[in-house]
Amino acid sequence: MENPPLVKKTLQKKRVGIFSRFGLKITTWARKRSPWLLHMNTGSCNGCDIEILAALTPRLDAERFGVKLVGSPRHADVLVCTGPVTLEMEEALIQTYQQMPHPKFVMVVGSCGATGGVFKNSYNVKNGVDQVIPVDIYVPGCPPKPEAIFMGIAQLIQKIENLGLIGEEKQESSSNTQEVETMETIA
Amino acid sequence: MSKLPSKRTEINVGPQHPALKEPETFKVVIEGEKVVEAEPILGHVHRGIEKLAESRDYNKVLYLAERICGICSFAHQANYAKGVEMIAEVEAPPRAQYLRMLVAELERLHSHMLWVGVLAHEIGFDTYYLLVWKDREIIMDMLEDLTGNRVNYGMNKVGGVRQDLSPELKKEFIEKIPLIREKLEEIKTIALEDPTIKARCNNVGIISGELARQTCVTGPTARASGINWDLRRDSPYFAYDEVKFNVPISEKGDVFSKIVLRIEEMFESVNIIEQVLEMIPDGEIFNKVPSRLNGKAVSRIEAPRGENFHYIDFRESKQPYRMRVRAPTYANLASSVKVLIGHHIADVPVIVAANDPCFSCTDRTLVIDKDRGKKKLLTKEQLRLLGIKTYKEGIL
Repeated sequence: MENPPLVKKTLQKKRVGIFSRFGLKITTWARKRSPWLLHMNTGSCNGCDIEILAALTPRLDAERFGVKLVGSPRHADVLVCTGPVTLEMEEALIQTYQQMPHPKFVMVVGSCGATGGVFKNSYNVKNGVDQVIPVDIYVPGCPPKPEAIFMGIAQLIQKIENLGLIGEEKQESSSNTQEVETMETIA
Repeated sequence: MSKLPSKRTEINVGPQHPALKEPETFKVVIEGEKVVEAEPILGHVHRGIEKLAESRDYNKVLYLAERICGICSFAHQANYAKGVEMIAEVEAPPRAQYLRMLVAELERLHSHMLWVGVLAHEIGFDTYYLLVWKDREIIMDMLEDLTGNRVNYGMNKVGGVRQDLSPELKKEFIEKIPLIREKLEEIKTIALEDPTIKARCNNVGIISGELARQTCVTGPTARASGINWDLRRDSPYFAYDEVKFNVPISEKGDVFSKIVLRIEEMFESVNIIEQVLEMIPDGEIFNKVPSRLNGKAVSRIEAPRGENFHYIDFRESKQPYRMRVRAPTYANLASSVKVLIGHHIADVPVIVAANDPCFSCTDRTLVIDKDRGKKKLLTKEQLRLLGIKTYKEGIL
């Protein structure tokens, strides 16, 4: 992948006025109360996937925090990846990531997604999601318990809260995956 | 294809799609609402496990075998351990055999419950899905209490098992059995009486006995089509010849009969667990195994989804010379593709999910020419020549 030119950061800063700051407060407040997840299996053994589902089903019931599993990348705030990224899934992963609207976050569940796990150095895997797209939160474990996934989501919510001006900082980190245009939607 | 180009539409489902939790592409050609062609595209979850196994010693391969599939992880691991024990000519002690049986049946329970939930989700009946998954947590707690983990248990070792069943835990398990039965009755009542499930599943995706034989399906999919075959009864392993259980059979072969059959199987699993807890002998839980092995073995186990097959070959070494895995979904996939033809597009996820597909067990790889973006399959002869060439050049 070629690195596209960096974003015109100065231009963006000028746009953040009084009204947009107020708008930003509202959007941040709304965002941290409803992180919608898009689950993507990038070559895992299903272990993490059923634990993610277990975190959403009645025992823990993540929906009471506004966490919801959605079907389309266009509706999602958080991309939840499981698995060491097989070569066949690499392109699909990048495409899905690009289809998500800003600001977007990536959460990796499981040891495979973090480092490759037991499949490290196989001929068909990429040794972790962070080799392909930028990652915000790692939840280690093989598979992590639903409680651990829950904690990952909670920390991610904190991250969303702390970032404040999410858009700008996020864009810097993700500039290597070909999205440069339009950040004014935030303001 | 060229006759009616305007009416035929090709739909690519996947690899990321909300219906199945696993990445799999289905190329479906429809005419109006009817499916006329269907083709699965495999390979998204191929991780090269068989090749990785050749470079690790046999104890480490246990953990690799477990992670072939997270849902039937115990079946894969126990099957591998059983194969290596056959080569080493060491048998696991009786207590270990019973413990393996206990975990295997608990796993069957949790896998079938998971499947009932996923199918309910596919037909849009999310209440039932959440209800079943809530009850499934009882089983998950039992598995966690016994083995220490919820999904990949790490229970087996070559020559026995790692964790023992303490008397307190045994008592707790025995107390939980009536509760599980009660919950299963609830699940069964809803499945039999609810009009939504009947409307979506009755007479949908019928796999006739003939088609089942042609496509060599295994497990509950075969038993729902009237093929009376269960490895636990017909070729007993562990200590299945010492416990009594029925093998439920259905003749119809549609999705509804598969739901009923799997629920019946869950009741049988509870029966087996009850007997295991009564009959479990005292004693050691593992035997020692020599470090270098020589020989070949074919090991088979009735996993929750069907017959699980491992071929293991040792040549005076610690590492397996060759390991070959054939998971049940690979056998069952062909039938579901044939059945899809003639159904409505809305029935596709239901029919695909009805076989309980597990693609992480199944996936093979394709050779992709990245520069040209073309995909091709290699024949056996081409693969052999490629292998010889690669080893001669010493790349691997």
